[in-house]
Amino acid sequence: MSDGVSLFVIIGTLGSLLFFFLVLRLNKTSGNVGKTTGHIYDGIEEYDNPLPSWWYWMYVLTIVFALGYLAYYPGLGNWKGLGAWSSTGQLVADQEKADAKYGPLFAKYQSVSLADLSKDPAANKMGRRIFANNCTVCHGATAEGSFGFPDLTDSEWIWGGDDAAIKASIMGGRNAAMPPLGLILGESGVSEVSEYVLSLSGREVNEALVKKGAVHFQMYCSACHGTEGKGQAVFGAPDLSNEIWLYGDSRNQIQHIIANGRNGQMPRFEQTLGKDKVHIVAAYVRSLREKSAK
Amino acid sequence: MNDLIEKNLGLMLVLILFAVGFGGFVEIVPLMTQKVVTEPIKGLKPLEPLELEGRDIYIKEGCHVCHSQMIRPLRAEVERYGHYTVAGELVYNHPFLWGSKRTGPDLARVGGLYSDDWQRAHLYDPRSVVPESNMPAFPWLFENKLDLETLPKKLRALRMVGVPYTDEQIENAAKGLEDKTEADALIAYLQQLGLLLQERR
Repeated sequence: MSDGVSLFVIIGTLGSLLFFFLVLRLNKTSGNVGKTTGHIYDGIEEYDNPLPSWWYWMYVLTIVFALGYLAYYPGLGNWKGLGAWSSTGQLVADQEKADAKYGPLFAKYQSVSLADLSKDPAANKMGRRIFANNCTVCHGATAEGSFGFPDLTDSEWIWGGDDAAIKASIMGGRNAAMPPLGLILGESGVSEVSEYVLSLSGREVNEALVKKGAVHFQMYCSACHGTEGKGQAVFGAPDLSNEIWLYGDSRNQIQHIIANGRNGQMPRFEQTLGKDKVHIVAAYVRSLREKSAK
Repeated sequence: MNDLIEKNLGLMLVLILFAVGFGGFVEIVPLMTQKVVTEPIKGLKPLEPLELEGRDIYIKEGCHVCHSQMIRPLRAEVERYGHYTVAGELVYNHPFLWGSKRTGPDLARVGGLYSDDWQRAHLYDPRSVVPESNMPAFPWLFENKLDLETLPKKLRALRMVGVPYTDEQIENAAKGLEDKTEADALIAYLQQLGLLLQERR
């Protein structure tokens, strides 16, 4: 703040403290002990005694405290205070203290591969807490997901299940883009393709529709889902030939997706967690899969 | 002097106002001259019309009663919510929505933290995604359409208190929002909260 404004604050603050003190002195020395103010209401009179001593001295103490406080902490305009305290300074000091305490631990974990870290009970305990705080809102407390949010304990990895892919998914997030095909395929086309898709996982289907659907599938769907519908992690296109369905396995649900598309999103956690914690939580996610494989 | 003031209502009023106002005058007025308080941070833009509608639904449904939008510069808060809130982010907030109570988490940097699909599921029925949540469900947001008639007026009113909307923005405010529901607007508002300061420290 400019010097003028700063001076205004200093004079205003110290001036009012001085003012309070002078008013207090005036009351103490007015010398009306035992006299009344002259007011009489229904026969009740009012003494004009000064403040009791304990009150007077307490007030003086608060003023002394205020002066000490204003000297140590920043309160008077541009005066930084003898302690040079600031809220952000305290934050940075706290963060540095925490870094000094946890930094070596994070560095140790960072140097261990995900495969090894996923077998470390202490790291997994930490990973489980990070997971609980950040991931469970979508993937669930047991990491089994729910409608629209992938199960992390099963065998299907839409965006790839190797260590690098898991970490990339957490760090940068994922944005799936299944385009709506309703207008292109028309109502009959959508039901033909859905019939073909159902046939991939061995469901009971209408063979005539499947044949027509297969043609559409190769034209519109195979670029992402692959010619055999096995999915491609690079596009985040799921495998359609297994029993795992992110958005429901009924005919209606599948037709709805073909017609209207789906844009699943995984938020990015690079800033929220930082690479050290991402490493730990990725190892935890890996450990879930290993547990469910047993 | 006692007698003089006590028997003079006008004089007493003036002196009371002076006594009450002086502290505020010394504490608050200097803040108004400080750039860190009055200047927007780099990249700050006024809310888009849809987001502004969302903000009004945020107020209407009382979200600010249980959610704060103010991350304090304390390690635990910065760790959980992100960079502490700075005044320059909030210069276009009329009114500010800092809140004073956290029954739910702080939302100052909730933008991008969850997907749109999650926000929809969560607003429609919070228990469907967070079983232990005690947030009320807001299913009607998905049926109610926006009241677009008042939208240009809101932009104009905000411009009068210093939000730099252009004439073009005001004129086209309601364009393309005919089919939007209240939920769309609220989610658009939530998804832009606090995106400008991403780094943790």
